Amino acid sequence: MSTDELQSESIQEYLEVIYKLSQNADKVKNSEIAKKMNIAPASVTQMMQRLSELGYVNYYPYKGVNLTVEGRRIAKKMVRRHRLLECFLHYILKIKKDRVHDQACEIEHTLNDESERALCQLLKHPDKCPDTRNPIPACDLKLSSCDECMKKKRRDLGEIGKRDQDVISLADPALKEGQKARIAFIRGGHKMIRRLLDLGITVGATIVVLRKAPFRGPVEIAVRGSNIALGRTVGSSVFVEVLGV
Amino acid sequence: MPSEDKTSMEAADKQLVIALAGNANVGKSVIFNHLTGSRQIIGNWPGKTVELAKGYLRFENYDIEVIDLPGIYSFSTFSLEEVVSREYIAFEEPNVVINVIDASVLERNLYFTLQLMELEVPLVICVNQMDIALKKGLIIDIDKLQAALGVPVIPTVAIRGEGLHDLMEVAVGVAKNAPQEKKPLIRYGAEVEERIEKLVKFLKSIKLQLGYPLRWIAIKLLEDDEEVREQMESESKEIIILANQLAIELEDIHQEPCFSIINSERYSCASRIANDSQINTEIEATLSEKLDRIVTHRVFGYVVSFMVIATLLLWTFLVGNFLSDILSQLFGFFQPVDPVVSGPVISILWNGAFGGIVAGITLVVPYIIPFYLMLTVIEDSGILPRVAFMMDSFMHKIGLHGKALVPLILGYGCNVPAIYTTRILETRRERMLAALAITFAPCSARTIIILGLVAAFVSIEWALALYLIDIFIMFIVGRMAFKALSGETTGLIMEIHTLRVPSFSVVTKQTWTRTKSIIYMVFPLYILGSALVQGMYAFGFLDPISNFLAPLTVWWLGLPAIAGILLIFGVIRKEYILLLLVAIYGTNLALVLTPVQFIVLALIGMLYIPCISTLAILIKEFGWRPTIAIALANLITAIIVGGIVYRLLEFLIQSLIMI
Ligand SMILES: Nc1nc2c(ncn2[C@@H]2O[C@H](COP(=O)(O)OP(=O)(O)OP(=O)(O)O)[C@@H](O)[C@H]2O)c(=O)[nH]1
Ligand SMILES: [Mg+2]
Repeated sequence: MSTDELQSESIQEYLEVIYKLSQNADKVKNSEIAKKMNIAPASVTQMMQRLSELGYVNYYPYKGVNLTVEGRRIAKKMVRRHRLLECFLHYILKIKKDRVHDQACEIEHTLNDESERALCQLLKHPDKCPDTRNPIPACDLKLSSCDECMKKKRRDLGEIGKRDQDVISLADPALKEGQKARIAFIRGGHKMIRRLLDLGITVGATIVVLRKAPFRGPVEIAVRGSNIALGRTVGSSVFVEVLGV
Repeated sequence: MPSEDKTSMEAADKQLVIALAGNANVGKSVIFNHLTGSRQIIGNWPGKTVELAKGYLRFENYDIEVIDLPGIYSFSTFSLEEVVSREYIAFEEPNVVINVIDASVLERNLYFTLQLMELEVPLVICVNQMDIALKKGLIIDIDKLQAALGVPVIPTVAIRGEGLHDLMEVAVGVAKNAPQEKKPLIRYGAEVEERIEKLVKFLKSIKLQLGYPLRWIAIKLLEDDEEVREQMESESKEIIILANQLAIELEDIHQEPCFSIINSERYSCASRIANDSQINTEIEATLSEKLDRIVTHRVFGYVVSFMVIATLLLWTFLVGNFLSDILSQLFGFFQPVDPVVSGPVISILWNGAFGGIVAGITLVVPYIIPFYLMLTVIEDSGILPRVAFMMDSFMHKIGLHGKALVPLILGYGCNVPAIYTTRILETRRERMLAALAITFAPCSARTIIILGLVAAFVSIEWALALYLIDIFIMFIVGRMAFKALSGETTGLIMEIHTLRVPSFSVVTKQTWTRTKSIIYMVFPLYILGSALVQGMYAFGFLDPISNFLAPLTVWWLGLPAIAGILLIFGVIRKEYILLLLVAIYGTNLALVLTPVQFIVLALIGMLYIPCISTLAILIKEFGWRPTIAIALANLITAIIVGGIVYRLLEFLIQSLIMI
């Protein structure tokens, strides 16, 4: 492995950690990162400056960091691959839940887009990882449902293309109350999609996030004139493009 | 205006059947009750009506049968209510269907209207809750809506009866002309229509007798509706092949699964009609919105959730106590209700029966009325879905989602309708978990025991403590059952309607309906039970039974031996535990039981088994085995908890005395 690759691998690791920590707070402190990664705080500070130069994080001295759009994109991709791999190791290879994490950490950096998609299809589009039951981010392909992905099984990635805008799930803490958004992608099988569809939650519909209950509770959205509450598991499978505030 | 059954042949042309259909919580049952004088449950949360109800009405020389259908969002077949409504509308062929829609959620409601139109039934649209729409700043142009849909549209405010007379006039008019009239059609996009037509042509050529209109079958085949596909498969394989081929063509054009293409067509149609016929004026935040912010506030929201239950109980106790005192004084005239244990049989029985009446009037009715009044206010305000929203993540700890809180809170009134209401949950597993939790919810009968025994003779703090212990037990048992019954928990998906001031007429009528059912159906039982027990007591039949159960009641639970009898009768109606105690010992129970015994008896009474009516509904909904499992869970919990609490309390008292 070249030093370049090694470096990019460690950048990816950092971004992943920041992404996970920012699920609970707006800004992530260096000390938190150091603790989580088991690294000296000084080297974290150094790394943060580099990441900031590369345009992956916004660095606020003494306050901490948060991810830029690009940093987020990379972090989510890595988290997605990591959690998909955990599913693969646990559900297909039958490896115990508590042992999948480390192994996934190692493979995730070498997985490419094509195998990522194949893995997702093989696992029937899982929505959470087996060990911590955290939600799996959406893929970055220009698709509106998993059905569509399966229908276009033969087409390669170039033909499908990438999304123009990053999508985030309704359960994502980055999506704030009062935010306007457009539904871009709904993950899941027929049954769930139909239930949502009957209530007016369809790809392309514009929504407003009305409120989010504490303790990872449901999120309430306004869609087509009605107000609908979606539990976090459901919310984590409905992905939206944020529209101007 | 209820009228006779429609059996006479000569009046055949004077009879009509009108069905009320629409989304959940739009006001169908309010209209139904208004028209027929029935007493369907009304409240501000979706999913109250779960089975179809019939009522009768006489209007302009017509005997009209009105059908109240469960609220649904579409005619797919994923939930029982959807199948019930779909089959009723398609096969029973009502003379006219009144589609009730919520004026403040026009677009989503029209999505369902379009599906009704596909079924080609004679249709009248009732745009209800016009007052709420107005408050939200929505002005609806009825004429435009009518022109766009091609069916009569009537605006109403059902809660005040406004527009309902017009509605009936128009509905009867449509029913009269229905057979000759051509059904209006809403057309979808050209590529879709083209393919629907091809399928219809083919369906015509094979001449099937199906009951459903051909166009509807064509659409459902394109949508890949399971039921329709299975039915058609047995009739003709070719039609399925053709439908698949056409669906793939559509999917290639739109790059989407076919069912979502067709639904997009419906939605864009609904959205166009809604936008054309309503004006949205910006208004300031309404009072209801401001309240809503408090109710779902990240701190106050939980306070409110807790208050819902606490208020219900405290209010019941305070008002109930007050009423109970007044009534006792009034009946003091007949007092003392001391049991007669010797003398002629008739006088023993009469005295027992009379004791039952007095106990019912002074101990049950005064609590039942304020209790149901408050419960109905809570139900009709729309606060329940908010509590469900706030508590969703906690409910996941017992394998349920927030919506399960609605039946659970209703269970504080009566377990029977609460168990019915579990139908708003998605899977059988979740319904059973919810039913188990409900059997631990202290229904009004148990509340009477707790108030009548503990609040009256120990202290109100202890009564409230019992409720807290109960919630704790409910949680522990629920969590154990959740771990035992494996499976995924469905996520919460629930519509949240506007908060509003409960309607006076709805609240008073519903409170009366519920109180009346207690008085009419349960009073005779009180009287009978009291007479029976006093007779048994006088003739010495009670001792053998009491003694048989004594190891459990006396040794393990520290209760007097008579508790065995009380608990046996309590299976029929939980109030018996209190009433029979009064029948046997008179009203001053403090002479008979110690404070610890009051607490333990109330605790056992609260937990030990669901009453007979609850058992019956459990068997009906889930079958024997789950019912037995639930009853055993109750019994075992009661015995364990009762024994422990008894010993703990005794120990506490002992150590207090030592100090
Ligand atoms: N302000 C106002 N409230 C109404 C009106 N009509 C109904 N409501 C209220 O709307 C709520 C729902 O009414 P229901 O008749 O129970 O609704 P439903 O359509 O039968 O509902 P489900 O049985 O759950 O499908 C109740 O709280 C009613 O008091 C109206 O015209 N104006
Ligand atoms: Mg109803």
